[in-house]
Amino acid sequence: MTQDIARKPIYLDYSSTTPIDPRVAEKMIPFITEHFGNPASRSHSFGWTAEKGVEEAREEVAKLVNADPREIVWTSGATESNNLAIKGASHFYSTKGKHILTVATEHKCVIDSFRELEREGYTATYLEPEPNGLVDLEKFKKAIRPDTVLASVMFVNNEIGVIQDIEALGNICREQKVIFHVDAAQATGKVNIDLEKLPVDLMSFSAHKTYGPKGIGALYVRRKPRIRIEAQMHGGGHERGMRSGTLATHQIVGMGEAFRIARIEMQLENERIRKLRDKLLHGLQDMEEVYVNGDLKQRIEHNLNISFNYVEGESLIMAVKDIAVSSGSACTSASLEPSYVLRALGRSDELAHSSIRFSIGRFTTEADVDFTIQLLKEKIQKLRELSPLWDMFKDGIDISKVEWAAH
Amino acid sequence: MAYSEKVLDHYENPRNVGTLDKDDPHVGTGMVGAPACGDVMKLQIKVSDDGVIQDAKFKTYGCGSAIASSSLVTEWLKGKTLDQASEIKNSAIAEELSLPPVKIHCSVLAEDAIKSAIADLKSKQGK
Repeated sequence: MTQDIARKPIYLDYSSTTPIDPRVAEKMIPFITEHFGNPASRSHSFGWTAEKGVEEAREEVAKLVNADPREIVWTSGATESNNLAIKGASHFYSTKGKHILTVATEHKCVIDSFRELEREGYTATYLEPEPNGLVDLEKFKKAIRPDTVLASVMFVNNEIGVIQDIEALGNICREQKVIFHVDAAQATGKVNIDLEKLPVDLMSFSAHKTYGPKGIGALYVRRKPRIRIEAQMHGGGHERGMRSGTLATHQIVGMGEAFRIARIEMQLENERIRKLRDKLLHGLQDMEEVYVNGDLKQRIEHNLNISFNYVEGESLIMAVKDIAVSSGSACTSASLEPSYVLRALGRSDELAHSSIRFSIGRFTTEADVDFTIQLLKEKIQKLRELSPLWDMFKDGIDISKVEWAAH
Repeated sequence: MAYSEKVLDHYENPRNVGTLDKDDPHVGTGMVGAPACGDVMKLQIKVSDDGVIQDAKFKTYGCGSAIASSSLVTEWLKGKTLDQASEIKNSAIAEELSLPPVKIHCSVLAEDAIKSAIADLKSKQGK
């Protein structure tokens, strides 16, 4: 009987989203029920209590990244923060020039904000990263033009977890007087961020990647030297005119608590997660023809992105239904679309398709990792036994040199 | 991505996985598809002197539907004459496995694999 009960898959997709930490949820609840006031209401205690919650949370967010609370602007999430930063700054400083620079492996919302600016008449450069996923500093420097107004580079890549050298990239931008925006949605609670030291002008944050609620994020806007942005959302002039709209008090309180916990616990947590990740890596590397995507050293502890050669992507997704992971192929449509990030690293279609992103988090246990290694070994072996390409590889045939009959 | 029960059954328990000796004059081998397209099917048949398929084996690199299509045809081929085998149509495979429209190409590939295996056998035997 018990065998028939569908077991919940093991969650290894923390880079997609994280559950809300129970401590965060507890802190949020009073702000949904009793402290329901509008933080913008100045005339009664309902408003004052809500405002206090919002401002305490603002301090917590600022503390995690060593910024001034007055540099934090609430948004609905990293997508909005990225849109606001990229379009807002490019518009405000458009008299300087209309060239913008980013990297081909950025998140879709950065790429799409750039595309929108291109439609408005801006020229954009999408720099290709090195095969390890990192941006070459010299190439970045060369891509900057006299009319470059803004550059945007993500701190931690969402698919392969590599950490860009934000300090060096920022220094290049400072020298060239280019506004530097960083999408740090995947970085909070994972890497140390010190905005006192980092030469960054704008930085985007998200709550739900760091055990906070969905639907809330923030944008850091530097005060010294002061960076100006054009609002994308107009209305009551909230957030010093940069982002109108009644503040979502309970969400904000949740983000503040999530970032407070991250600040206090990240060091210990990351050590624990590194051990789990290394165990997973060693377990999977027992197999032949397994490729890690992206640099393994300059990378967050939480991410492992691996391609299993000679195994077809969609059958791999079917094979791993007992674990919740992300796949390099999105097979929601008729044809498989390989990940554009892996393609940008120069991975072949086949390797890009057969990739899996494991992302480990706060609630992952050693037993989860053991189960995953066992499952993958079993399924990969089974699919390879089925694969004529695996036989050819074992016979020493170079598959790329075979003339395949097209169909 | 909803698979029919029959596809899942063939995917979980594929029939007749394996390899026959490709140098055996009674064995015909068909290899169709391409890795870049996401499917490669290898189908082998062993045929008696009176033209009846005694054994069939497959190996497939591809999605669940491609694996199921090739597994199914190995079951169907056994005991058939070459003429009967060449009459197997992709539509019958697609119907048996309830393949959705986006997976019809898997059944087409399986039909091509049968034809390719028969052609290989005939060219080997000089017929």
